[in-house]
Amino acid sequence: MIIEHSRIVRVQGDIITVPASGITYGELATVKSRSGLSLAQVIRLRGDDVFLQVFAGSRGVSTGDTVRFLGHPMQVPFGDALLGRIFNGSGEPIDKGPDLRALPRISIGGPSVNPVRRVIPRGFIETRVPMVDVFNPLVESQKLPIFAAAGEPYNELLARIGMRANADVVILGGIGLKYDEYLKFRMAFEDAGVLSRTIMFVHTASDPVVERLLVPDLALAVAEQFGVRGRRVLVLLTDMTAFADAMKEIAISMDQVPSNLGYPGSLYSDLASRYEKAVDFDGAGSITILAVTTMPGDDVTHPVPDNTGYITEGQFYLRKGVIEPFGSLSRLKQLVIGKVTRPDHGYIMNSMIRLFARSREVEQKLAMGFDRTPDDERYLRYGRLFYERFMNLRVDLGINDALDLGWKTLAECFQSDEVEIKQEFIDRHWPA
Amino acid sequence: MAVNGPLVTCEVDEGREVLQNEVAYVTCGGVPLKSEVIRIRGSQIDLQVFESTTGLKVGDEAEFSGELLSATLGPGMLGMIYDGLQNPLGELENDQGFFLRRGQYLPSLDREKPWDFEPLVRAGAQVRAGQYLGRVTEGIFEHPIMAPLILQGIWEVQEIRPAGRYTVEDTVAILTNVDAQVRRQVSVTLKQEWPVKRPMRVYEERLLPDTQLLTQCRMIDIFFPLAEGGTACIPGPFGAGKTVLQQIISRYAETDIVIIVACGERAGEVVETIREFPKLEDPKTGRSLMERTVIICNTSSMPVAAREASIYTGLTLGEYYRQLGLKVLLLADSTSRWAQALRETSARMEEIPGEEAFPAYLESRIAAVYERAGKVRLFSGATGSLTMIGTVSPAGGNFEEPVTQNTLKVVGAFHGLSRTRSDQRRYPAIDPLISWSLYTQQMRASLNTRHEQWVDLVQEAHDLIFRGSEIHQMMMVVGEEGIGLDDLVIYLKSEIIDAVCLQQDSFDRVDQATSRQRQVSDFGLLMDMVHHEFAFESKEQAKSSMTHLQNLFFQLKYCPFEGDAYHRYRSQIEAVLRGKGASHP
Ligand SMILES: Nc1ncnc2c1ncn2[C@@H]1O[C@H](COP(=O)(O)OP(=O)(O)OP(=O)(O)O)[C@@H](O)[C@H]1O
Ligand SMILES: [Mg+2]
Repeated sequence: MIIEHSRIVRVQGDIITVPASGITYGELATVKSRSGLSLAQVIRLRGDDVFLQVFAGSRGVSTGDTVRFLGHPMQVPFGDALLGRIFNGSGEPIDKGPDLRALPRISIGGPSVNPVRRVIPRGFIETRVPMVDVFNPLVESQKLPIFAAAGEPYNELLARIGMRANADVVILGGIGLKYDEYLKFRMAFEDAGVLSRTIMFVHTASDPVVERLLVPDLALAVAEQFGVRGRRVLVLLTDMTAFADAMKEIAISMDQVPSNLGYPGSLYSDLASRYEKAVDFDGAGSITILAVTTMPGDDVTHPVPDNTGYITEGQFYLRKGVIEPFGSLSRLKQLVIGKVTRPDHGYIMNSMIRLFARSREVEQKLAMGFDRTPDDERYLRYGRLFYERFMNLRVDLGINDALDLGWKTLAECFQSDEVEIKQEFIDRHWPA
Repeated sequence: MAVNGPLVTCEVDEGREVLQNEVAYVTCGGVPLKSEVIRIRGSQIDLQVFESTTGLKVGDEAEFSGELLSATLGPGMLGMIYDGLQNPLGELENDQGFFLRRGQYLPSLDREKPWDFEPLVRAGAQVRAGQYLGRVTEGIFEHPIMAPLILQGIWEVQEIRPAGRYTVEDTVAILTNVDAQVRRQVSVTLKQEWPVKRPMRVYEERLLPDTQLLTQCRMIDIFFPLAEGGTACIPGPFGAGKTVLQQIISRYAETDIVIIVACGERAGEVVETIREFPKLEDPKTGRSLMERTVIICNTSSMPVAAREASIYTGLTLGEYYRQLGLKVLLLADSTSRWAQALRETSARMEEIPGEEAFPAYLESRIAAVYERAGKVRLFSGATGSLTMIGTVSPAGGNFEEPVTQNTLKVVGAFHGLSRTRSDQRRYPAIDPLISWSLYTQQMRASLNTRHEQWVDLVQEAHDLIFRGSEIHQMMMVVGEEGIGLDDLVIYLKSEIIDAVCLQQDSFDRVDQATSRQRQVSDFGLLMDMVHHEFAFESKEQAKSSMTHLQNLFFQLKYCPFEGDAYHRYRSQIEAVLRGKGASHP
């Protein structure tokens, strides 16, 4: 059922109000105004008033412009023909590839997976980044953001880890992406030879803000379809803070009482319903989500990284160009450590981090001008080696080599009874 | 009339009676969507819909059921995985594929399964609500069948069916009322209903929680103990270890029934429980852990309105098992998500917001939830208890926010997790400097059966931890050279307590759970170390000797209790403590 209406009676922020009846909650419409055609979605019904969120923004929209209801929620084409293609933030192809209108269409933002149909993930993804593999291993079907302040090389890290994941399908969701960054991603995909199994949904920084809102849902709906068909899908989303900011704008236009720094009280649920699409299906494929969450003011307690941390299965904390051992976490690590990886993995990991914490403490102490004890020297030396051999992002090392290097580093700096490792592992691995 | 996310406003005919919290079904394209009445303003009714409202339109019909939002209680709940409205997720699986389609409501209990019923009363007996009329065997339990809990006054058993096999829907008894003028009859089946938002107060009296509930987590059991029928909260920033702590408690707590309410958290975490529990053994019964567990899950991507209901559903199930004279433990992760669900609904209803946009009634709602826990003496004289532990997820990890603060006002124990400890991988990251338990004093007598001076010893250890932390602070300011040898030794002792007693590795098979007996024995040895007067000549010597001793304790905690290795390390430690401590080669 397609209904034409012409009377936009109210424009507030990117929300317009139209009198109409028989309209369903969540359905899609197009708004024709002097700035062109835009998609809009019904976000509230009140009597005969229909509230719509205009994805291209309300600039140029005026009372009297035409709204056309489409009678269905947002959809996106689906099929293997999507592979290698590039779409904009409203799901329209922007490359010069063949027409996709013949493909079946799927709705976005579908229901959640029955928890009973999930399995415990067990697939270790070796990234050859020691800070990831040794200290916070990535597991297939994990949802994990990179927390970073502006200016950190987060997209490089995202691309680097992403390329290693060895997925059947890679989907990039660019949200407010700088054009250069988009080109860099494309180059990275090309270099890694994965372009033919990549799908990109790209909303660039110059596109209308509200259009950002659709990108995660488009990317994840497509991922889900590949997932139930047995493919192992990797979704890269950057930058989710830009997504949350778009949510904030909508909430403010709707006069919602903000809960924290202007963000709506539903921010947690809104982010969770996206991230929770990461899944390992019982008897089918999987979806792994790697995202970027930039931290305004380098503050983890800012509502966006904070809510994200409560949702995702850990985070990589990128700071001064390295992955910080403190604050970074992979919550699925225990599913693979010592089970898929070597049995000594867990002990090395814990001990090395504990000692590194001590070495940071010593550094702080010395910074305050205290005398250096011989003990301090050892910790400082350890801290330096840890940085060079493990934290430095240039290091490219397989997991077993990294573990061996861990034992070597410990032995170079400490006695075996100082490292708090079970005797049987000391006996087996402590370098003579 | 209006649709605003899960909030639907509709108009009812003049004069039609509508109940607060009544269940209604809004029809959306032929699919009935379950919802609950949350506000009545004349003929305008606000409903919170427990499903996605996409596709609803103005003019769609709503049907009122006349019944309050209720849970179905009876044999067959153990081992089940329910959603927040008590839909069995395992059954949905069979006909719904991977995804949760909306509008599918299945009976909470298997209607076909026969149970062996055995009557316990005769016709003519006078009974009241909650009295046992018979029983069925359910796995490890004798599951009593009670006179409906909702009944008022005295009733007479008019008819009771003989022993035999019945389904939950079959009538097993008929009761008539005795004291009222109008004769009424009720038929009793194996199952009954209870409105989830009403506390079940069908007992003689509430008792003071004075018995320890053992969790096998050392930091909790020794320093901040829990009581049967008590309440506790675990606030902590993200990733500090709330869920892992609850998971480990759900496995090892000494209790009859565990109810896990996964409230607005990750689906993956529930999956671990669902998949692992059937394989794990309940040390008490030797059966699978799943047989003592009920899981209620409304994970973060499931509809928000049902999240609010999930805690109440869990509490109602817990109270029901308490009526059966059992020890019940309810774990809710996370109560902040429940509070946020309240906030979202409140915002949609355009109520006046309080602090951080939470509704003004947040405090009373939180109190009402925790108040439903408790230890009670039933009419039969038996006791039952419902213990509740809720996690709190404070925004920014800052405990000065409304949910944490209002929770702290009502709970009996506070296990606060700190970012500093979790960053240092000192798990469980319960901060010994801020946590407390009101139950230590309340349970003094029973705790002292562990050792005649148990409570005092624990206090001494706790004081030492405080002292050690002060010295550590001081060292950060004045350096190691700025403190005396005695202080250094105190600090090193407190570090040993931290490393081998407070810290407990949830992922090590031996360390993850410590029995009462082992707690008493190992803590005794640790206190011998604390009491030992070491005579060190220099700080360097003190540090190297204490590191050596710490390593022995460390190795000890990973050895199975009373095994060869255990005894070997133990006697090595005892040897050190017999000498002057300068044993290191
Ligand atoms: N007792 C423990 N022993 C070892 N590791 C632990 C322990 N507790 C927590 N961890 C580690 O910390 C990670 C995070 O813990 P957890 O998921 O329980 O955090 P949380 O407080 O529930 O976070 P959120 O609020 O985001 O749900 C775990 O995945 C695990 O790696
Ligand atoms: Mg958690």
